[in-house]
Amino acid sequence: MTSVAVAEHHLDVEPAESPLTPESWGKLGMWIFLAADAMSFGGLLASYGALRYGDPTWPRPSSILGIQLTALMTFLLVCSSVTMVEALAGIRHGNQAKLRRFLLLTMLGGAIFLSLQAYEWNKLIFHEGQSIRKNLFGATFFILTGFHGLHVFSGVVYLGAILVRALLGKYSAERNSEVEIAALYWHFVDLIWILVFTFVYLL
Amino acid sequence: MATQSAASSHLAEQAAQEERRYLQVFLWLAVLTAVEIGVIYLPLPHVEIAAMLVVLAATKASLVALFYMHLAYEKRTLAYIALTPLVLCVFLLFMLTPDLGAFTRLLTHRAPAASSGEAHPSE
Repeated sequence: MTSVAVAEHHLDVEPAESPLTPESWGKLGMWIFLAADAMSFGGLLASYGALRYGDPTWPRPSSILGIQLTALMTFLLVCSSVTMVEALAGIRHGNQAKLRRFLLLTMLGGAIFLSLQAYEWNKLIFHEGQSIRKNLFGATFFILTGFHGLHVFSGVVYLGAILVRALLGKYSAERNSEVEIAALYWHFVDLIWILVFTFVYLL
Repeated sequence: MATQSAASSHLAEQAAQEERRYLQVFLWLAVLTAVEIGVIYLPLPHVEIAAMLVVLAATKASLVALFYMHLAYEKRTLAYIALTPLVLCVFLLFMLTPDLGAFTRLLTHRAPAASSGEAHPSE
């Protein structure tokens, strides 16, 4: 293949080739979105830190929140990150079945995480009398974990759309940037949970 | 023919190496999470426990960003984009603490809470 033919073929595969990243504008766009989203979480976490610093009566989170259950949720989300990298690795080597199987497992991990979070909220609100209006601890806890839960829910829906496209055979070893971009979002959700788990539950 | 088989075996080796790295990162994340949970029960001042937890969380977050989000193998531009919110958020924390923190402290001192579970009612 001549260099012109290679370039044409390349353009055919990835029409939005960017000089800024070796992959695509899509990936750059996702990174910029994630940076903006990180600032939303950062704003919430910084406010949480400032409010907690200013309040000497702030309760020790471990005395109210179940650490064991949340540790399990953390482990689950980390496992779902592994299944996501496996899905991407699968399609990068042209393995369609591996992509579909691991995408499904990742979605399952996200769905179980959400179920456990719903169980935790139900226990805290209806059995232990916590609420978003009760005190600053409740307000920051429910806003932070709720905002993160919304991200997990969006991630499960997003991965569902990717799975449908995978079932339609839209991805291959050469054309998989959509899977990679979705994986970036999913790992970001995991990364944020690592911070929320430490700052809200353990600290 | 020989070149093709050499290339495919190289690809298979690369894939196996990738898998190993992902599993190593997973094991580190699991171990660091267990360490974090252990740290909160240590008989140490809260400040020291907090410092350890921050370091552990930052390590775990970096592992995810570097290896699962492939930041370690990307162009530096993406790393700058990823680091920008971190810098801004640390700045925000230092800006908020003397203002919002002091205001909260003032309110807390005026109306001390009855129990540790109810820090201060908003109404």
